[in-house]
Amino acid sequence: MKKPYLLCSAGLLTMLSYPALSADLTIEIQNLTQGLYFTPIAAVAHNPEASLFEVGEMASTELQMMAEGGSLDGLSTIATSISADVLANPAGGLLAPTMKASGSLMTAAGNTTLSVVAMILPSNDGFIGLDNWTIPTEAGTYTIYLNAYDAGTEANDELRGGGAPGVPGMPVPPPLEPLLGTGGSGMAGADSAAVVHIHRGNIGDDSMTGGKSDVTNTVHRWLNPVAKVTVTVN
Amino acid sequence: MFKQNTFKLWQLAMLVTLPSLLLACGDDTKEVIKEVIVEVPAPVPTPVDVSYQITVTNLTNAQPLSPVAVVLHASGNLWTVGGVPSVELERMAEGGDNSGLLSLGLVSASGTAAIGPGAQETINITIQDKTDALLSVATMLVNTNDAFSGLNAWTLSNLMVGDSWTTFVGVYDAGTEVNSELAGTIPGPADMGEGFNPLRTDTGYVAMHPGVVTSDDEFASSVLSSVHKFDNPALRITVTRTE
Repeated sequence: MKKPYLLCSAGLLTMLSYPALSADLTIEIQNLTQGLYFTPIAAVAHNPEASLFEVGEMASTELQMMAEGGSLDGLSTIATSISADVLANPAGGLLAPTMKASGSLMTAAGNTTLSVVAMILPSNDGFIGLDNWTIPTEAGTYTIYLNAYDAGTEANDELRGGGAPGVPGMPVPPPLEPLLGTGGSGMAGADSAAVVHIHRGNIGDDSMTGGKSDVTNTVHRWLNPVAKVTVTVN
Repeated sequence: MFKQNTFKLWQLAMLVTLPSLLLACGDDTKEVIKEVIVEVPAPVPTPVDVSYQITVTNLTNAQPLSPVAVVLHASGNLWTVGGVPSVELERMAEGGDNSGLLSLGLVSASGTAAIGPGAQETINITIQDKTDALLSVATMLVNTNDAFSGLNAWTLSNLMVGDSWTTFVGVYDAGTEVNSELAGTIPGPADMGEGFNPLRTDTGYVAMHPGVVTSDDEFASSVLSSVHKFDNPALRITVTRTE
């Protein structure tokens, strides 16, 4: 009679050690800003040992691709390699100021941690970030406010440019095209900290045809938080 | 208890027999029966006061807050991020006039005056027989074009008598006036310019505020200086249920 009891205890212990089995989540991301756009969003449920970014550490090349150019290709590859569950691009493109996007995410057992990223436009390498948030096991609706981070991979010159890693300047997709100035001389925006850190914000200027920056100072600045994530555990 | 229809007949007039005790000297007691006609009013339960203290603290450096609007309402929002600003909100956010927002509540209360940087004010509000009202608090940062801060539709149903709850809130942009920071457009002491003007427009949606730029940040036409800058949070709000 003793043996089954022990087996039973072992089974219970296993369940307690891994309390979060698969979860059925609905995730909504809202852009809280007045004048910024978010590139395609990635919401990734992964194991707690993994992380998409760490404040104070150098960004991975894959994160750099997202933060400088809005590409999710690299992060998607990583997600696949660690058997993460991904809600990719729920907005179907850019998420305009104050707009919301949502989608469902079924998580596999062990993927108990949620991270969310998207690049901020206009910026050189700014992104919204949720870093390893533990997914609650209790059903309910949870709200998280996100700050803006700087990937630390590109100088914040605030000039029109490209989005590929290592290419200076900011990518300017169509909705941003008429909103940004031209001919700026460039902010002296090199990062003192070449690691992921809280973004110091855009500076911008009041000239559409010159000045230091192609960013508009009264429109393209922000204060944290910049995004609201609402997670419903079904 | 009477049935309702029976009671209506009775409430017109009713004979009540009042036994009065007349105490005579010593231990001699006499009972006198009097007949009195009494009008019995419709049964109105005694209203129960549900009262709150709302303390608003100004956390900014040089942004006085317009008189705070405290609004208790049953449903809806005074604003939402991405929503169209109401004219009541616009009046408050551009000019500090909270009268429109106050009119939206089941019960409302206004702060007595502007709250200076670092200062605070406690506003009392009482609603009767309702413990699940929604609380909204709103005030303008007056040295801006249309920045405001506050609390939107926070449910009071979980707050028991004696409970206190504190939150820190950020700054919104009403989206009704461009953040030009131009002379003549800012009603606060930094400019003493115009307040509410329905002809001015901006994005047309409420959002989180991007912050003020100021002349100290190479925005030459701004009447603001670096002292007027703010960050989130801008207010501390403490709500205490007192009865």
